[in-house]
Amino acid sequence: MSNAHHELDDCIDLAPGDEHVEGGIGQRVIGYLTGLGLAILLTATSFFVAGTDLVWQPSIPVALIVLAIAQMGVHLVFFLHITTGPDNTNNVLALAFGVLIVFLVIGGSLWIMANLNHNMMPMDEIMQMQR
Amino acid sequence: MSTVAFAETHDDPNTLRASSRSWSGPASKRIVTGYGFWIFILSDMVMFSAFFASYAVLVGQTAGGPSGRDLFDLRSVAMETGFLLASSFTCGLATISADARQTTWFQLAMAVTCVFGLAFLILEGREFAALVTQGAGPTRSAFLSAFFTLVGCHGLHVSAGILWLLTMMAQVFTKGFRPDIQRRILCFALFWHALDIIWIAVFTIVYLLGSAA
Repeated sequence: MSNAHHELDDCIDLAPGDEHVEGGIGQRVIGYLTGLGLAILLTATSFFVAGTDLVWQPSIPVALIVLAIAQMGVHLVFFLHITTGPDNTNNVLALAFGVLIVFLVIGGSLWIMANLNHNMMPMDEIMQMQR
Repeated sequence: MSTVAFAETHDDPNTLRASSRSWSGPASKRIVTGYGFWIFILSDMVMFSAFFASYAVLVGQTAGGPSGRDLFDLRSVAMETGFLLASSFTCGLATISADARQTTWFQLAMAVTCVFGLAFLILEGREFAALVTQGAGPTRSAFLSAFFTLVGCHGLHVSAGILWLLTMMAQVFTKGFRPDIQRRILCFALFWHALDIIWIAVFTIVYLLGSAA
């Protein structure tokens, strides 16, 4: 989609959400249709995997998370037009920083709270101490 | 289509590479606005990550009440997901129409987006009402408090998005595709697509993992 590879010196930034295409309206609609098709496929797979007995049960949570991340990628590429091209460097770097903070907040909270739970005295023992 | 026309570069003695065409001069207003709104969306996602973290921490604390597996109706969730995905697609069509300055197509695509968004909100409202009437409201347990906070916050974002959508339809109707209106459409499209991305995390982590595990 991006033709910026030919002329690296000339690359101009793109606003996030803006699309760099040479073709007309039809080509852009096809891009959105591709994204819609892939998203439907991934969503349907997610809902199927969640309710099926056909796959090994302990693998289901991992499969669901992988499918969700894949679908987020599809949305970023086909709906928000985030690319790896030089006209998108700023948008990608901001996104990468956001993702880093999201992982720190979620992972850090789960880690800390799991540790607290693990180290906390069972509730009935606390009750006995208060008597 | 929306490639930004760069301002003519004048020979500026203060720039080191005055001869090179790119990198000189400020970015266009469309890039500045879009990038600033992109930063806002990412900070919004950081806020949602805090709600997701509290939900994940509290998901087991049902206080003897119902858990997600007892409560969630995956058929309704699948329909909500379909409506939101379809609205994201029609929002993309509205963006293309706005770039092509096709007023009729733009208004049509935005109206369809609005209908899909409202259908999503109605389904979510019915789900919430059913939960409250069966005694599983946000006050029942820490799990349900976290659930209503997270999913309700997403629903509030969708409601705000629909108000914004109607505003954009009215502004295009009265003012046409002026550059400032086009920037607002760009920001609205970013917002709406970002809401769909957050919904992917909601239906996977809350509903699918909640009823599978």
